[in-house]
Amino acid sequence: MPSVMINKTEAGGLTLYVPKKDLEEMIVSMEHEGPGRWGGELTLADGSRYYLEPMDTEPRLPITLRVKRL
Amino acid sequence: MCAMKREEAEALIQEVLEVYPEKARKDRAKHLAVSDPNVEQAKKCIVSNRKSVPGVMTIRGCAYAGSKGVVWGPIKDMVHISHGPVGCGQYSRAGRRNYYTGHTGINAFGTMNFTSDFQEKDIVFGGDKKLEKLIDEIQTLFPLHKGISIQSECPVGLIGDDIESVSKKKAKEMDKPVVPLRCEGFRGVSQSLGHHIANDAIRDWVLPNRDDDSSFESTPYDIALTGDYNIGGDAWASRILLEEMGLRVVAQWSGDGTISELELAPKAKVNLLHCYRSMNYLARHMEEKYGVPWMEYNFFGPTKIAESLRKIAALFDEKIQEGAERVIAKYTPQMNAIIEKYRPRLEGKKVMLYVGGLRPRHVVGAYEDLGMEVVGAGYEFAHNDDYDRTIKDLGEGTLLYDDVTGYELEEFVKRVRPDLVGSGIKEKYIFQKMGIPFRQMHSWDYSGPYHGYDGFAIFARDMDMTLNNPCWDKLQAPWKKAEAAAKAA
Repeated sequence: MPSVMINKTEAGGLTLYVPKKDLEEMIVSMEHEGPGRWGGELTLADGSRYYLEPMDTEPRLPITLRVKRL
Repeated sequence: MCAMKREEAEALIQEVLEVYPEKARKDRAKHLAVSDPNVEQAKKCIVSNRKSVPGVMTIRGCAYAGSKGVVWGPIKDMVHISHGPVGCGQYSRAGRRNYYTGHTGINAFGTMNFTSDFQEKDIVFGGDKKLEKLIDEIQTLFPLHKGISIQSECPVGLIGDDIESVSKKKAKEMDKPVVPLRCEGFRGVSQSLGHHIANDAIRDWVLPNRDDDSSFESTPYDIALTGDYNIGGDAWASRILLEEMGLRVVAQWSGDGTISELELAPKAKVNLLHCYRSMNYLARHMEEKYGVPWMEYNFFGPTKIAESLRKIAALFDEKIQEGAERVIAKYTPQMNAIIEKYRPRLEGKKVMLYVGGLRPRHVVGAYEDLGMEVVGAGYEFAHNDDYDRTIKDLGEGTLLYDDVTGYELEEFVKRVRPDLVGSGIKEKYIFQKMGIPFRQMHSWDYSGPYHGYDGFAIFARDMDMTLNNPCWDKLQAPWKKAEAAAKAA
């Protein structure tokens, strides 16, 4: 369960930063992006996948969260 | 004159690795690479931030160096106690040349060494009592100090002193911040963890101090200058450019900085980050908690400065953007004159760099402005994300070496024969005796500043002064020179 930081880039995409691994990578897909539900399975540009417990609303970014590595 | 071809560089790495025993060779092989601009992620070609191989000569420092020396040391109006034996503080005292204004010993303490000077009895019975006494003494002798930081040296962690409780007690008594840092030297693989610990301490002990205080009158043009340690006056040379374009610098972290500037930084509009490695943790934290966005910039060499100034200005309104153009236009003729003067003397020269956590990538632009080429680059304590940022700036076939050992660096230099090596004081005399011009690039070889437009003038002069110094062909005795010439013939 790494603690990660999710942030918005200037271009509008989302990035995932894993401090322990110095990994800063674009999130290419997120299971729930729509209003009402935010989170779920995340796929990064390098192919690795993480699971984020879905939230009811989109939080204010950046935010530090715990995610599960899949 | 171009960098080595890819195959040559790879062959050189293999050759250098051959002397190691098998296990060490396997380990070191991961830290040496040849740059390839097409690689997106550094982790695919180089491994960094790992423990050094026992028995090799590493150039790294320790967590205490990262915390006391780098991040906290330059904060001038605080007293930084080197808590533990006397050596750590004394041998690192004032060596980094982070300049500050103020009266040393009255209201500024940057170049002084405060230590609890542990003796055997402190190790046996604990040093907390001594620390309390020391803080009382500081309060009596230097009443104008604005706070105290306690920088732990190795024994403090080993014997399990409770410096936190002393800090809380004394902070209450004095009504000044007292910050305990668990930066014992044995923690982590290099000084990089010290930066992290120092950042976390600022986050926990300093930043929240003014959370409910809205008395600070902010303007829309407030910025915080972070990750600039004012080495030889660097931060000043950067600050005047930002002020000239119409911005207000409310905090300087931490070169020539004060504790109140640390507390003010969250109230700025943008956080400008020069040294990404040592302060990115705080930049990210401030973005999350206070909503202060951060941006990396690079103030080495006119090309990168202009690029950075425009990037910074783009975050603000037209007034600032105009200001940026005005600043660039003002300095461009001066810079052209400098390039015109020095470029012919430096054109085509090859440089190998091995410094800390940001310079090998930041100074590439400055060297290119002078027509020089970086043929080898490496970091002491960088992480993956630093190499991600570096690879973009380097040309094809550049040697990359992470946490290079003394032996490897020497062999690389012998074979590549660069015209200039830029590294630290421990490497300086080896290479100078080998007859290779050398600049100490940690604290600018007692020169500086190198940041900003003013800094570039000094940078160019220094490179020329070192490279074209007539001493380099006098290193060989005349009779040996004749012998060598005869042999060559």
